[in-house]
Amino acid sequence: MVNGFQRLGARALAIAERFGRAFLFLLRALAGMPALVLRPGLVVQQLYSVGVLSLVIIVVSGVFVGMVLGLQGYTTLLNFGAEQSLGVLVALSIVRELGPVVTALLFAGRAGSALAAEIGLMKSTEQLSGMEMMAVDPMNRVIAPRLLAGFLAMPLLAAIFSFLAILGSYVIGVGLLGVDAGAFWGQMQDAVEFREDILNGVIKSVVFGFVASWIAVFEGYDAEPTSEGVSRATTRTVVYTALAVLGLDFVLTAVMFG
Amino acid sequence: MRNRRLVEIWVGVFVAMGAAALFGLAIQVSNVQVFDARGGYELELRFENIGGLRTRAPVTVGGVRVGRVADVELDSSTYEAKVTVRIDERYEFPEDTSASIYTSGLLGEQYIALDPGGLDFYLRDGDEITLTQSALVLERMIGQFLYQMGNDDD
Repeated sequence: MVNGFQRLGARALAIAERFGRAFLFLLRALAGMPALVLRPGLVVQQLYSVGVLSLVIIVVSGVFVGMVLGLQGYTTLLNFGAEQSLGVLVALSIVRELGPVVTALLFAGRAGSALAAEIGLMKSTEQLSGMEMMAVDPMNRVIAPRLLAGFLAMPLLAAIFSFLAILGSYVIGVGLLGVDAGAFWGQMQDAVEFREDILNGVIKSVVFGFVASWIAVFEGYDAEPTSEGVSRATTRTVVYTALAVLGLDFVLTAVMFG
Repeated sequence: MRNRRLVEIWVGVFVAMGAAALFGLAIQVSNVQVFDARGGYELELRFENIGGLRTRAPVTVGGVRVGRVADVELDSSTYEAKVTVRIDERYEFPEDTSASIYTSGLLGEQYIALDPGGLDFYLRDGDEITLTQSALVLERMIGQFLYQMGNDDD
């Protein structure tokens, strides 16, 4: 009985400690960011591996999500004789929800896991300690540029995803199913507001980008320095990011559109 | 060195694509309202019943959109609906312009149609249009119709 409580207490303390570490870690990484102005090359390099290398999966999924949404939306709207409103349906669901959320999930799978594995491996092969020995702060040299690149890449990826998804649904809706192109764009433009819908979508993607890169970098840095530890850190990155993104999405949606 | 150049080019392409996508969303998808939201002038309309009119509904003259509904509220002293509309500054309307609420299509959204009058004085910012015709509420119409049917039978 007492042992049970002890285990519960130890568990709770460990979780609280982990949150505290993650927060302090974030503060230190943020403190390292101003120094990056002097070395923009580091950030560009990370933008390449986080952003450019994620482009293929984002582009392909964006187009296909849009096309599927176009097909599904059309068959449902047809029942109400409202198939000309396809543009509105697609644009609102993409810009408000699917764009930021799906991009964040893909981002966690493609870039977050890579970040965690890379940093975890650096730690387990003692490259990070090696840097400290040479008086190079791994926070400034390794962590900060990756974090910043993640922050910057996510909103851009989400915007690309949303735009291509809408184009994909345009191809299906107008090209294949015969929705009028004027009605498609016109009704969309009437219904979608810049501030209310698009800007809120961008804010969502910024928040998700922040959380996703934070989790990825922290899990890598906090990994047990063994091959098993690195593999667990990678898994946890994807799982925690997915949970955090979905939970935050609910909160943000309730605040923005509730 | 060549590799680094390639990386930088790709990052440049990536950032440009992201910016272009955002721009495309703003222009093509939302027909951005940031630029023209504050232009134009406001008029006040009072209706007995506005039906399902909502903010941002179009205001039209002869089918051409000339503005949007900016605000809808209840006048607590007269219990009338007070609708504020923002009209594009390119257009001016005489003081005896009248306004009615119509529905586009059978189930479509409601909009305000203005009917310009013939006076030489023009409406200015903050003026009120008093000649208004309320929205047609389907239940009321059916009610009146049934009532008249009943009277005819006598």
